[in-house]
Amino acid sequence: MNELKLMKGNEAIAEGAIRAGADAYFGYPITPQSEVMEYLMAERPEKRTGMVVLQAESEVASINMVYGAAGTGKRVMTSSSSPGISLMQEGISYIAGAELPCLIVNVVRGGPGLGTIQPSQADYFQATKGGGHGDYRLIVLAPASVQEMFDFVFLAFDLAFKYRNPAMILSDGLIGQMMEKVELKPQRPRLTEFDQSWVTTGKTPDRERNIITSLDLDPARQEKHNIHLQEKYDRMRKEEVRYEEFMTEDADYLLVAYGSSSRISQKAMQLGREQGYKIGLLRPITLFPFPVEILEELAGRVRGILCVEQSSGQMIEDVRLAVHDQIPVKHFGRMGGMTPSPEEVLETMIDQLIK
Amino acid sequence: MTEEIIIAGFGGQGVLSMGKILAYSAIMQNQEVSWFPSYGPEMRGGTANVTVILSDDRISSPVLRVYDTAIILNQQSMDKFESAVKPGGLLLYDSNGITRKPERKDIRVWKVDAAEEATNMGNKRIFNMIVLGAFLKIKPIVQMENVRKGLEKSIPARYHDLFDMNQAAIRRGEEIVYQEQDYSK
Repeated sequence: MNELKLMKGNEAIAEGAIRAGADAYFGYPITPQSEVMEYLMAERPEKRTGMVVLQAESEVASINMVYGAAGTGKRVMTSSSSPGISLMQEGISYIAGAELPCLIVNVVRGGPGLGTIQPSQADYFQATKGGGHGDYRLIVLAPASVQEMFDFVFLAFDLAFKYRNPAMILSDGLIGQMMEKVELKPQRPRLTEFDQSWVTTGKTPDRERNIITSLDLDPARQEKHNIHLQEKYDRMRKEEVRYEEFMTEDADYLLVAYGSSSRISQKAMQLGREQGYKIGLLRPITLFPFPVEILEELAGRVRGILCVEQSSGQMIEDVRLAVHDQIPVKHFGRMGGMTPSPEEVLETMIDQLIK
Repeated sequence: MTEEIIIAGFGGQGVLSMGKILAYSAIMQNQEVSWFPSYGPEMRGGTANVTVILSDDRISSPVLRVYDTAIILNQQSMDKFESAVKPGGLLLYDSNGITRKPERKDIRVWKVDAAEEATNMGNKRIFNMIVLGAFLKIKPIVQMENVRKGLEKSIPARYHDLFDMNQAAIRRGEEIVYQEQDYSK
């Protein structure tokens, strides 16, 4: 049995980073994710594994440090919360364009603007549809527990290197601030074998120069590069979709929710079942690639869908695209840092769909 | 078994750490736990609360609207959470600073004068352990053996000399807690 610990979600991200063998973390503090760097600093990872932890002067600096370090083939990451992630968008677009692996953690808070420091899921569009300029996608993982905050650091790094693409863990203040039991995996070596053929760590006589850039002024070559990127994203759509189903076998009505909202929805489902309503829950784990096929299938079996999000309704657009107007798809959400209660979710489900 | 608890009081009363010790104790007996605190401006404004759930099964929502138990340590929290106790549930409170006693008749009400007792025992910081002892007397959902292990895990090593005092406070809480009202069926 591995070591068990009671941890905050943010601490689990930090411990996960060390144990996943990250080489470097560059960040700038912001509530509700400051514990990530606080924990890393306290743990002295430079002693534990040799990992570098650096507080940069800004979010813009952090993401560009990630860009530079990622170019050397190292496992590098940053974390921030909504306004800080907005500041990083230029860098993220460059990293995606230059095809470098890295991990970006967004512990979302309410917006727009400086907004609030309470939990929110209003950065879904930003995370899944690009965020910065240009035609690019991030691999987006949505943890729903503190255990997954830990586990997904490993998964995100693996996927980032598999596709040479930035990966994002899209969490929120609720998962970041809550404590749960975490089973800690053993330490993974910091340097592991992967294809090093593209890294810029100094040219050796046996090969051509490696160039890492997001700039190519020749439109024909730039188009070719874009086609290559799109093929990569299509491969992710085929191979990396992840989701979790709860009581969907006999469900008449379906809740769709990710992250903290999926936990709240699971309770709403249980309360509904106690009252005799056959409610199921689909929880997307990857937000990009989005679990389209299972939704298409479930839409053929249930009478209606309620999307629960701590936003005005963003993921619902992807759900509607998957469902093609076969059945009603409704939205329930709270905004600005307010957290829905399980009872509210159930009441909305009954009012909007069941009655 | 699932127990859904809100602990609410002033910042500095040890509300969050009491929840943490309870959660760690449950982990020691192989249960699932969640601990979700109020954070940010709410805390800086002087009130703190934490939702703690202990269960034999995987826990769904870490945030709740109604609770099996409310542990209430100031008047603001009484105003906010008395109505959030499930019918037949438990309200445990410390009367220090309480100007309006609980009014509901469909819940069990227990009282512990923990602030007063902590002063008597000569250490105000063991206040929350007296409250914890009181709670565990009413609902012995974690074994004392596991509470001890939970304390070890959640208290920084530099405070480990306070173990005995913390455990004495828990025992004292068990002794002085008393029932004010059973629920009317």
